[in-house]
Amino acid sequence: MLLSLADVRRTFGGLRAVDGVAFEVAEGEVHGLIGPNGAGKTTLLNLVSGLIRPTGGEIRLGSRRIDRLPTHRIAALGITRTYQNIRLFPALSAAENVLVGSHLRREDPVWKRMVFWPGCRREEADAAQWALSLLARVGMSERAAERASTLSYGEQRRVEIARALASAPRALLLDEPTAGMNPTEVAAIAGLIREVARSGQSVLLVEHNVKLVMDVCDRITVLNFGKVIADGTPAEVAADPGVIAAYLGSEA
Amino acid sequence: MGQQIVNGVFLGSIYALFALGYTLVFGVLDILNLAHQAVFMLCAYFALLIVLHLHLPMFFAFPAAVLAGGLLGLGVERVAFRPLRGRADSNVSGLISSIALATVLEALALQIFGPDVERFPFGIVPDRTLHLGDAVVSELQVVIIAIALAMLLALTWVVRWTALGRRIRAVAESPAAARVLGVDVDRVIAASFFVSSALGGAAGVLFGLAFNNVSPDMGRTVELKGLAVIILGGMGSMPGAAIAGFALGLVEVFTVAKLGSSYRDAVAFGILFLVLVLRPRGLLGSRALREA
Amino acid sequence: MSGVGGLGDFWLTYQSTVAFVGLNGLLALSVYTTLSCGQLSLAQAGFMALGAYTSALLTLHTSAPFPAVLLAGTLAPALVAVPLGLPVLRLHGVFLAIATIGFGEVVRIFFVNLEATNGALGLVAIPQRAGLAGIYGALAAALFVLWRIRGSRAGYALEAIREDEPAARTMGIDASAYKLSMLVLGAAFAGLAGALDAHFSFMVAPASYSFGRVVDMLVYAVVGGSAAFYGPVVGAAFLTLLPEVLREIGGRLGLEPGPLRLFVNGLVLLLVVLFLPNGLVSLPRRVRRYVAGRRAEAHAP
Repeated sequence: MLLSLADVRRTFGGLRAVDGVAFEVAEGEVHGLIGPNGAGKTTLLNLVSGLIRPTGGEIRLGSRRIDRLPTHRIAALGITRTYQNIRLFPALSAAENVLVGSHLRREDPVWKRMVFWPGCRREEADAAQWALSLLARVGMSERAAERASTLSYGEQRRVEIARALASAPRALLLDEPTAGMNPTEVAAIAGLIREVARSGQSVLLVEHNVKLVMDVCDRITVLNFGKVIADGTPAEVAADPGVIAAYLGSEA
Repeated sequence: MGQQIVNGVFLGSIYALFALGYTLVFGVLDILNLAHQAVFMLCAYFALLIVLHLHLPMFFAFPAAVLAGGLLGLGVERVAFRPLRGRADSNVSGLISSIALATVLEALALQIFGPDVERFPFGIVPDRTLHLGDAVVSELQVVIIAIALAMLLALTWVVRWTALGRRIRAVAESPAAARVLGVDVDRVIAASFFVSSALGGAAGVLFGLAFNNVSPDMGRTVELKGLAVIILGGMGSMPGAAIAGFALGLVEVFTVAKLGSSYRDAVAFGILFLVLVLRPRGLLGSRALREA
Repeated sequence: MSGVGGLGDFWLTYQSTVAFVGLNGLLALSVYTTLSCGQLSLAQAGFMALGAYTSALLTLHTSAPFPAVLLAGTLAPALVAVPLGLPVLRLHGVFLAIATIGFGEVVRIFFVNLEATNGALGLVAIPQRAGLAGIYGALAAALFVLWRIRGSRAGYALEAIREDEPAARTMGIDASAYKLSMLVLGAAFAGLAGALDAHFSFMVAPASYSFGRVVDMLVYAVVGGSAAFYGPVVGAAFLTLLPEVLREIGGRLGLEPGPLRLFVNGLVLLLVVLFLPNGLVSLPRRVRRYVAGRRAEAHAP
């Protein structure tokens, strides 16, 4: 198992946002995380990516416990993410955003820059190439030099995914990546997710688009009020009466 | 020992009054108004001018200066803060624009009044002394403490029991929500600045009287001490500012008594540091910075 | 013919102004380093004092060569910045600003009370070992360092931290380490400026390193523009030269130079914050956009 959560809990004041959640994600698996609004999905992503700490339970990457590590260490171990309300760096271009995402892959120590070390030029060019290739993967090549704040929502989401892929992560956390997209764009994202999984990376996908989740996920965990109410293959989850009652019934 | 307590309470009451203004604005706007000390200084001059040139007693000069302070506060809000309201970095840019305005006001005072220290004329406040146990208290000190306490209580009453106070608390909680509920947020903010600067102006006059010192840079040290007070008390907490103000006054006086006056100012910053490193929200503060 | 003589007189009068443009530029850069990663640190007056006093003491009491003295003045505050930064950089926004203001004041009070340096009177009769070459050499070095950082992996990391620190962390950027490095770098710049100033102005006194001093530095950085590394230097030059230019006019109007300088600083800062938030360096771009906009309007159907 690549990612495993055991009895993860997180309270805010008196509110139990995440209340004893457990599930696992295998390597190369696309794992969906669905549930009504306020079920705790984004909080869970925040916990896994290390933006906040759990008040209880354990999160492991491989055999290694990561829930007490600093955020940047968790990223260095191979977990990256996108955000529900898109957090691109507004003053940077699309390409520069992706470039920042590749931070972990780059060398380029400052002292080498000071002495005009010959390798620097090439390293910079390589990094730029890598960023552009990722933008091409998400279909954003033409807009590479545009400032992130001038892009449409759909375009921004795609750039954010490219940025999250830039460090070649082992696990990619996506928080509602298709919100505000038209069906063509959604299909493209679905294709991208499958492609990512095929290359051995895992994807943890939080989504409201149930059709997308059913199509693309290998396994799904359903949350409600911070607890897991179902966990299994799409078929199993779709048939689960508790899930239908709580969530799917009103959406299908 | 009784004397130290008296002196400490006396000093503390001025710190508390000054800090209350700071913390009121911070509570409402999440912004530190560093022009507060300029209002503090200008009101002291204002009172001085009334006394020296209009030959009116302090009984008139004080309220006039307080009112002037409030009006100045309205001006500060209008010029340095309101234009920045929509901006993303309004905390920091507001801080900087208030520094700018303070600099301008200080420059004006320097040009008009010159850099030398002025004093209130003798006899402006009665000179008698009382004896409380082994402590000697001057009538001036009693008056100042009384006024400061009265203003603290008045402020508490306004915030707790008036409609304005309710609106202020609503805006402090969330301006967006308050607006939805029909509160005229702009007016509430202006009113907060009025009250805050009136308190600052009062503190300035009292300080000028207490230490016989009115000069263009009188606000500088108090400003920094005031920062220590609101950090200790908890930013945004009015009871906190009051308690911390008195606490600092007492600690400073006792430090001077035990260690000599050279460390007096260092005490405030020592406290500031400890609080920020160990418990940034201070004694009674509730949160760091509010989300929009 | 007053040609050469005139130039010589001009030089004598304005040499110190030119020197201060350089020094103020370096000080402005010391504030910029932390601004560039989104931190408002106002401790630089304290760092400047540490650099000034360390170097002055070495010059007065040892026979150390000037480069060594400068190096000591640069390193002393940089070392102090580490234990300061570790607890303090966990704070954000206004809290960080206040904590660093407090640090600066503590340093100033420390020197006011230090017998070995004559307390409030400070040290005098420091031989003038720093000249325009040294000052502008230091400024050029600082600009070089900042220039080489931008566009590098570290440069982008700093920008990311400035724009959105938590998001930057989730990309593997060790924001705490970068912020501390920038604080240390800024401390080094401020210390270097302090050391040069001490050996140019013959003296060091605690009053020069007050909160007002670091406010000046902040004003240079903000007025010049803190989006680009050369912005603060532009701001420093502008605000150092402007009062000199106005001094003539001011004198005729009966205005004192001290208040006039303060007034100009404050007014320019206020106008910039309100109307030109990205500083003077953004002015050309603004003008170009305005002109282009007008032209488009004129050609619109």
